[in-house]
Formats: sequence, C-alpha cells, structure tokens
Amino acid sequence: MDIGTIIAGVLTLAILTFLYRDNPIYKFAESLLIGVSIGYTLVIVWSTTLMDILFRPLLNAGQLALVVPLVLGLLMFSRFHPRTASLSRLPIAVMIGSGAGVAIPVMLEARTLRQMTATVGPLVSDGTFDFSVLVVLVGVLTTLSYFYFSREHEGFFGRVSKVGTYFLMIFFGTTFGYTVMSRMSTFIGRMEFLLTDFLHITK
Amino acid sequence: MDRKVALAICFVFGVVMFIQYFSGSSLARQVNQSILEYWQIVFAFTLVVGIVGVVRTNVQRINKRDDVFFRIVTLAGIIIMPVVALIWGIKADTPFMWMFENIQAPMQATVFALLAFFVASASFRGFRARSVQATVLLVSASIILLSRSALGGILADEIPQFAEWMRNYPSMSARRAILIGIGLGSITTSLRVILGIERTWLGGRR
Repeated sequence: MDIGTIIAGVLTLAILTFLYRDNPIYKFAESLLIGVSIGYTLVIVWSTTLMDILFRPLLNAGQLALVVPLVLGLLMFSRFHPRTASLSRLPIAVMIGSGAGVAIPVMLEARTLRQMTATVGPLVSDGTFDFSVLVVLVGVLTTLSYFYFSREHEGFFGRVSKVGTYFLMIFFGTTFGYTVMSRMSTFIGRMEFLLTDFLHITK
Repeated sequence: MDRKVALAICFVFGVVMFIQYFSGSSLARQVNQSILEYWQIVFAFTLVVGIVGVVRTNVQRINKRDDVFFRIVTLAGIIIMPVVALIWGIKADTPFMWMFENIQAPMQATVFALLAFFVASASFRGFRARSVQATVLLVSASIILLSRSALGGILADEIPQFAEWMRNYPSMSARRAILIGIGLGSITTSLRVILGIERTWLGGRR
C-alpha cells in the first residue's frame, strides 16, 4: 500500500469520527482541509488567472491596458487599512456595475423568456390530449401566483396559490430525494475506498 | 473614495455592459471581452484579499493563544501548498497534485458524504405528515428515494417511471416558476444597483 492511500484513509477516518461527536482528531482534519483548500485555491488563482490573463500578457506581450485591472485589483488591498478602505469601492463598483449590466439581458433571456417559452406547449398534439403539458402550465401559473405577494392570498386567488404550494412540495420532495441519493453515492464511494483500497477487507 | 464617484462608476459600467449586449459591432465585442477579463482579474485579487484576511485572523488568534495547534495546522496547509507548487510546479504527478489527490480530495468527499447522515437524521425528525402539503412532500421524496434504489424496481416497475414523470412535469413546473422569479428578481436588483437605488454594496452608512 502506498503512502498516499494510507494518508487518505487515515484522514477519511478522521473526518468520519465527527459522527460520534466533535473531537480533536476531527478538528485536526478539518483545520488541515481548510488550510490545504485555501492553499490550493491560491495556487490555482495565481497560475490560471493572475499569471495567464494578467502578468504574462502584461510583461511578455506588453499589453499595457492590463495595468488598469492590475491597479483595480491592488486597490482591493486598501481594505486592510481603515484610512484607505474607501478606495476599495472603486474596483467593487466596476465589478458590481459590469455584473449588473451583464445580468439584465442574460437573466431576461435565460431565466425568464426561455422558461416561459418552454411552459407554453400544445395541449393537443396528433389528435391526443397531452395531460403532462397541462400539468406544467397549471404548475407554473399556480406556483407563480403563490409568490405574488402584492395581493392577499384569499378567495379564488388563495385557492389557486394553495395549489401552487402542492407543486412546490413535489419539487422540494424530489430535490430532497435526489440530494440524499447523491450524498449516499458519495458515502458509498468513500466506504468502498476504505474497505477495498485502505483496509483490504473487500476486493 | 467618495460614494458618489463609486456610484457613477457603477452606473457607467452597468450601462456600457447592458448596451453592448444589443450591439453586433466588433468594438462592442472587444469592450465586452476586455471588461469580462478585467472582472476575472479583479475577482482573483478579491480571492487573494480574502486569503490574506484568513491568514491575518489566524495569526491574531495564535497571538491570543486561542486554539493555537489547529490554527497552526491551517496556516501550514495555506503555506505548504504554494511552496510545493513553486518548487515542483502544478502539473500531473507533482507533489502539489499528490497533496490534492491524497489529502484534499478524500477529506472533501468525506465531508460531503457526512451530510448524508445529517440530512437523513434531520428528515427523520422533520418529516411528519401533519398537513396535506407535508404529506405531498413526504410521498414525493419517498417515491424518488425508492426509484433511485434497487427496491423501487423490485416493488413495482411503475415506481421508477412515475418518479421520472414527477421529476419532468410537476416538479419541473415549480422549478420553472422559481427560475422565472429568480430572473425577474435579478433584473430588478440589477436595475436598482445600476441606478444607484440599491447601495448596500457600498458598505458603511446608507
């Protein structure tokens, strides 16, 4: 067994000790995971973004326009001193502003119009009634009515929005089921690693 | 930095990025590409600022003798990964990737798997058929859990089929309504940010 498998196995068991309760072994593994993850992120951000997009084109290809994002990025460090902290609003303004500008058409197209288009389909196709299309139409309209808070949910509107809650419950139940099963498959993967690769109990 | 200057910059960048979406000219595409690149670079710097913040906080706590050992372990992880990457690089079969595959990835996957137990115990306590809505939630979750295990197919062939129909139609319709809501909410918030009505991102006094 190689040293990598031994370390991975021991650390996996250390994390699993949390099932008993919070303990120093788990806290050690947790602290190590946080540190290593941050270190990994730092390296990846440095090599894939700062080196590839900023420093290499700026220093090797002489793309002087990149001085602008470099200065904006460095201004973020002004947050560490109370006197200069307000300077960090400049790069944040650029990010927030450009992000908001991009979000409007993208959200309108992808999240709103495309979803509306997919909702409206022919109820009768090839002479047969499609019940599923009706379910989708009723589901979207009633769920949207549930989220409409400008009017009191009472009378006919209240009953319509209540139907929406049933659709929401089906959605939550379905999402819950899939989430549990994805976590379970990850857990089975970890158990398989422990029993097969680390402890050699199963083959 | 005056708040008005920041608001003006936010407005200008917001309007430019909004307008360029509707333009087919090469200049607009170039402006869009450059700003998105700037965005990525500034975002990378914000991550570095966050990491510096974590290091500062841990060092301050160590000086106050608070959880010294665990904080040293965290700092060691933060320092060792870049050092290893600097010496041997980050390609496959380097110590950097070895540490990722044998330390970070197994622990991350195990933490993720641990959630299965907490979700299961929380649902065991929380799932009670107290109302019609709660019953619908319970039944739909049970059908999905059955359909994704061997038991569902053994009990009845229709269970996996019905679960698939439930996912594609009633569940999808609620998801679609939520997405439409998210879309409209995002558009409204973006407009409020660009026009300077929403100012919480500036921090401090309003």
